[in-house]
Amino acid sequence: MSVMDFSAIRSRLAGSEGRLYWRSLGELADTAQFREYLHREFPEQASQWNDPQGRRHFLKLMSASLALAGVSACTKQPPEKIVPYVRQPEDLVPGRPLFFATAIPFGGVAAPVLVESHEGHPTKVEGNPQHPASMGSTDTFTQASILTLYDPDRSQAVLYRGEFRGWGDFLSGVKNAVLDQQATRGAGLRFLSETITSPTALEQISLIQRAFPQAKWHHWDPAIRTADAVYHFDKADIVVTLDADFLGCGPASVRYSRDFAARRRAGADAEHNGAEGDAAKPMNRLYAIESTPSLTGAKADHRLPLRASEIEAAARALSGSGSGSFSNQDAQKFLDAVVKDLQAHRGTSLVVAGDYQPAAVHQLARALNQTLGNVGSTVTYAAAAPPENAEPVASLRELTQAMDAGQVQVLVILGSNPVFTAPADLKFAEKLSKVGLSIAHTTHPDETSSLCHWAVPEAHPLESWGDARAFDGTVTIMQPLIAPLYDGRTAIEVLAAFIDAQGGKSAHDLVRDYWTRAHAGQVAGWTITDPTGQPFKSADSMWRHVLHDGWVPGTGAQGSQGEGRGSTPAAVAAPGAAAPRTADNATPATGGLEIIFRPDPTIWDGRFANNGWLQELPKPLTKITWDPSAWIGLRTAEEHKLNDGDLIELKFRGNTATLPVAIVPGHPDGAVTAFFGYGRERTGRVGQPAEDVAKAFNAYRLRTSDALWFGSGLEISKVGRYTLARTQEHHLMEERNPVREANIEEYRKDPEVIAHLGEKPPRTLTLIPEWEYTGYKWGMSIDLTACTGCCTCTVACNAENNIPVVGKDQVNRGREIHWIRVDHYFSGMVDNPETFHQPVPCMQCENAPCELVCPVGATTHSAEGLNDMVYNRCVGTRYCSNNCPYKVRRFNFLLYQDWNTSSLEPLRNPDVTVRSRGVMEKCTYCVQRINYARIDAKREDRKIHDGEVVPACAAACPADAIVFGDLNDPESRVTRLKKLDRNYGLLEDLNTRPRTTYLASLRNPNPELETARPAATSHD
Amino acid sequence: MINPTPATYEPAPLIEPGHTFGSITDKIAGVVIGGRTPLTWFVVVSIGLMVMGMLGLAVTYLLLKGVGIWGVNIPVGWGFAIINFVWWIGIGHAGTLISAILLLLKQGWRTSINRFAEGMTIFAVMCAGLFPLIHTGRPWLAAYWLFPYPNSMSIWPQFRSPLIWDVFAVSTYFTVSLLFWYVGLIPDLATLRDKAKKRPQQIIYGMLSLGWRGSARHWQRYEHIYLLLAGLSTPLVLSVHTVVSFDFAIGIIPGWHATIFPPYFVAGAIYAGFAMVLTLAIPLRKIYGMEDFITLRHLENMAKVTLVTGLIVAYGYISEAFFGFYSANKYEGFMIWNRMTGPYWYMYWTLIFCNILTPQWLWIRKVRTTPMLIFAVVMVVNVGMWLERFVIVVTSLHRDFLPSSWGMYYGTVWDWMTFVGTLGMFITLFFLFIRFLPMISIFEMRTMAPEAKLKESEGH
Repeated sequence: MSVMDFSAIRSRLAGSEGRLYWRSLGELADTAQFREYLHREFPEQASQWNDPQGRRHFLKLMSASLALAGVSACTKQPPEKIVPYVRQPEDLVPGRPLFFATAIPFGGVAAPVLVESHEGHPTKVEGNPQHPASMGSTDTFTQASILTLYDPDRSQAVLYRGEFRGWGDFLSGVKNAVLDQQATRGAGLRFLSETITSPTALEQISLIQRAFPQAKWHHWDPAIRTADAVYHFDKADIVVTLDADFLGCGPASVRYSRDFAARRRAGADAEHNGAEGDAAKPMNRLYAIESTPSLTGAKADHRLPLRASEIEAAARALSGSGSGSFSNQDAQKFLDAVVKDLQAHRGTSLVVAGDYQPAAVHQLARALNQTLGNVGSTVTYAAAAPPENAEPVASLRELTQAMDAGQVQVLVILGSNPVFTAPADLKFAEKLSKVGLSIAHTTHPDETSSLCHWAVPEAHPLESWGDARAFDGTVTIMQPLIAPLYDGRTAIEVLAAFIDAQGGKSAHDLVRDYWTRAHAGQVAGWTITDPTGQPFKSADSMWRHVLHDGWVPGTGAQGSQGEGRGSTPAAVAAPGAAAPRTADNATPATGGLEIIFRPDPTIWDGRFANNGWLQELPKPLTKITWDPSAWIGLRTAEEHKLNDGDLIELKFRGNTATLPVAIVPGHPDGAVTAFFGYGRERTGRVGQPAEDVAKAFNAYRLRTSDALWFGSGLEISKVGRYTLARTQEHHLMEERNPVREANIEEYRKDPEVIAHLGEKPPRTLTLIPEWEYTGYKWGMSIDLTACTGCCTCTVACNAENNIPVVGKDQVNRGREIHWIRVDHYFSGMVDNPETFHQPVPCMQCENAPCELVCPVGATTHSAEGLNDMVYNRCVGTRYCSNNCPYKVRRFNFLLYQDWNTSSLEPLRNPDVTVRSRGVMEKCTYCVQRINYARIDAKREDRKIHDGEVVPACAAACPADAIVFGDLNDPESRVTRLKKLDRNYGLLEDLNTRPRTTYLASLRNPNPELETARPAATSHD
Repeated sequence: MINPTPATYEPAPLIEPGHTFGSITDKIAGVVIGGRTPLTWFVVVSIGLMVMGMLGLAVTYLLLKGVGIWGVNIPVGWGFAIINFVWWIGIGHAGTLISAILLLLKQGWRTSINRFAEGMTIFAVMCAGLFPLIHTGRPWLAAYWLFPYPNSMSIWPQFRSPLIWDVFAVSTYFTVSLLFWYVGLIPDLATLRDKAKKRPQQIIYGMLSLGWRGSARHWQRYEHIYLLLAGLSTPLVLSVHTVVSFDFAIGIIPGWHATIFPPYFVAGAIYAGFAMVLTLAIPLRKIYGMEDFITLRHLENMAKVTLVTGLIVAYGYISEAFFGFYSANKYEGFMIWNRMTGPYWYMYWTLIFCNILTPQWLWIRKVRTTPMLIFAVVMVVNVGMWLERFVIVVTSLHRDFLPSSWGMYYGTVWDWMTFVGTLGMFITLFFLFIRFLPMISIFEMRTMAPEAKLKESEGH
């Protein structure tokens, strides 16, 4: 493996300014605690003084208080009441969680989940294993949504021009507006939303449009293109992406990752001990033709970096409709090989066009799939493509024009933040002031809600009744896990106010009513049957069944009703027809650089800015936390004399924004990727930029409606330096092979190739007899062939194990508390490197170096092979961390846990200790889950079944890369995986004997494109 | 026996001629009783107290906030605190070596320096002992959980951990050093008691001297116990820093996990210790006019020891580098290469300059006999020995096995305040000792006087 020396151009991060988060909340924390304190300053029953009946009682209390005054001294404990259930709810056993199926929409599309609830408060989100869109896994946003639920900065009350109002006031406000609109048949009534898939809401919309034929519905989603295709990666041998990050983002990425990873492994292991392989299916091959490096590109067998504007030409070259040869020789060679491979795999290949590419590329991809016979086998297209896909901004532009012309009397903005996210040239904020009555329905006070007349708090999905469809169309009925913490309302309730002037119906009634009618066949398009195909006995039994399972059977395949908003079907070009060239491609760059826009990988379009877990989640490839960045390639950086951490001013179409530079190997030359989502002006305490300079980190300022995803003519100039907090600074393997990798052909020829990349000391090195594990012997296997590097495991672990957020300043000092991190390595060429991801939890070494050195025995080995951490015993010498070769131990250098914000208390998992200052912590293999399973198994007098214990990381992993189980069980999945030839231990030459081992990363390159690779470093 | 040629260098005497028992006693005891306290003392002690106040502030804030106020992180879990601990413990070693080993080796020249060198040991160990405690995350628990005390839950410390060995090594060292020092003080305390004019002084020194009357039996017992304590202290000179080196050598981190560590640490400790004794002796003899007792001969002898131990330390550095390359272990090789050329290269090369190159001046007799030059050299060595611990602790940890977890370490203002604060504490304690106890052993000095020699010869 050749070593590239780009560390020379990387600057060292130093400095201490930055954002403080939970640590400073205590100082910031105002309301609840402070008010409580004020209350306690006065005798609690003081109000009874004015009540003649209560006065005697009060005097009695007072005298008792005086008598006890000396006992309680100054710090009176707050009163806490323990009230037993008068009627014990069914199935509720204190101390045991219950799970409820619901969905958490993202970009309008349902992520089906099971939510863990402890005595009425949800604490953890898991995927719904029965649901085809989840298969038990989730993505990062879904995992982190639980934190948003308990976010103390959420909108808490209905506001009218910034003043508190009640829901009733809002209803009467709407009633008046609606009465006005009736005269003009709704000519001045406009709605703006993201994609809506909720059948109930869609019916409401059609009702509104029936009542107000002139009313208009507008669509705007700054980051997600409404899906019009469903891909079947399980059937695809050859996958070609055109700037598509199907593994990394989008509502379907969870299922796609699962299918893709399954096909990746299939070929790898089929011939070796036959663990999971399906010999009939070869390993798939992924060609990524992409601009901004993505997780999909990182997983690709071959990656062709092109500027975003060149993707269309590449697509044309693939479809043979291009102008002959591609400008770049290497690219042409690449594309020729891809064409050959595609042609050899008719019906089992797949071309995926990216969300960030114009309609023309999508049409080309569709035409290619059509020609290759893939439609119906590896891809299914929706009958009608949503209109916004042809021209994503058209609808919003129409709205702003109407606003500008004063035609909009009532504007209802549902769940989106257009003031922040709308293209800069539309000047949405300016035009919003011309609207007669504006209503914003948002989860948090944001830029839009602060400019609207009415600000209605949006209920969190876990507080809401509702329904939504997954990417494949399957409907989930959403049920609340908890009553709204604040005065939140669902979109359905807001819409109902426009239909039923009384607004009396709750979201539950509306949803249940809709599905009762659907069951009765009164709603067109639905035939609801139970999973066996029989009709349900009654609407009630359907309702119970559907809520329990978390999805409505039979709704996935139908897919006809209401894809997107289901308004006018767009004219989709006939397959094979020559797609129109987009303007950008027709006029090549005249000067300057190309700008590419991407939503931020963790805080997305800005909506998760106040979510500490996502802010602190290292962004893929750069491992930057808490800040956005502008990505540039190495060569472009050299040309512009830029370094990592330089602050640049970007000038594009007359607009300017500032961003810190991150040099990313593999980024196309002559282009800069700007991530939007940061630079929020109105957000909570977490999203607030700590430094003034960071307020200008807003790439939306550059985004115009004619260059929604890319455009040329960008100018950059260096304006200063900025400290980026990264969790990983060094991305080279330094010949230590933490990630072992091989080509599938090499591996087939010589299965020992992986073992030769390291050195495994013999077990005879010690004189001391080995410990015998007579009961369970827990172990974990992490498949690097499957892992996509999405970091869902990290967020899932945050949620499960009460892991605190430490803030940018602490991350910058190297003190993040993630128990499982995803390491990232580059190898190969600088311009287009190979990229590897490696999740690293505690290895639970059998010869654990940490255990030996702890002076108080706070970390010890359990009889089942776990390396246990005894928080109560830990005095915090940090010797264990120093001696840990994997550096997976995390230390509470300060009081990172937020003990003050009361809204965060119910978030915590009651099964996991909340660690305080001065204590070491680390991955426990989710020992609390092992113990739950053990209790169950003991009660039933049996052994724990394989697969019964699933740690949070393994459960969440979309690629199913993490497998946990009992190594003493020869039939367990983890045992079988560990027998594979590509199984290896990280740094096993140190004789730590890690219990967590890895399955080497295998790739399936096209021999035609294989450049002569330098032989991998190996030990003789 | 070969007669020295006339050109041969004649070493300076151990005590300047012309001193009698009386003059020795008056001179040394005069500092404590009767004499005027020099202005310098007030200046130094007030500065020391101010700096010590800074230590108080830093430790208070530390206890309120946590070790996060320092620069430590993951991967560099130990920083200034452990560097300072090893540095201070090392400094202490010279005192024990001078008082115990040189006594057993019958090196007469130790007499005029052993008292304050032992004092230095005790104060250095006090400074050192502070750090392992406050560097823990929860010092209020570490303060007693590291000791094997009987408890109802039968929980004991983990005896396999070098940190526990450290607890025993350092506490033993402190106890023995303190006893040794105190026993050595008893005859002089009695002298002070007898010479004191004021009642409080008479009472305090009287109590401290434990009824010493200077009878032959007293002297006989004294000689026994002193010799026994010297015998106890002698292995400690080697063992304490050996155990401290185990803190690192037991670890598996490249740059720590080395068999050379025990001798290398002991040599380093003596090196640092002699440098510190010289650092203290040179100004002290000037301020109190003790040039008659701490002569150039003493300075030169100590400079020679410094040079020799410095060469042993240099050998340690060289073999460490050699083994890095010779072991063919990629981690070891990278570690030494990273020390020399990595982000902390300046620390390593400054260390080489301070600890290997600078002491070479001591080969020159002119340098060895010029107090100002010796002082300059040993100050550089003091810095170098601190850097050595920085290089061992930080550069080993900051880039260990997995490149993904590599990081950097920088001390914060609180780190510096704590370190400088202990310097203040050391200076304060040392100058209080100078003021209230005889800095040079009076009765032992008297044995150096010509009178004593006469009496000895008469006796034979």
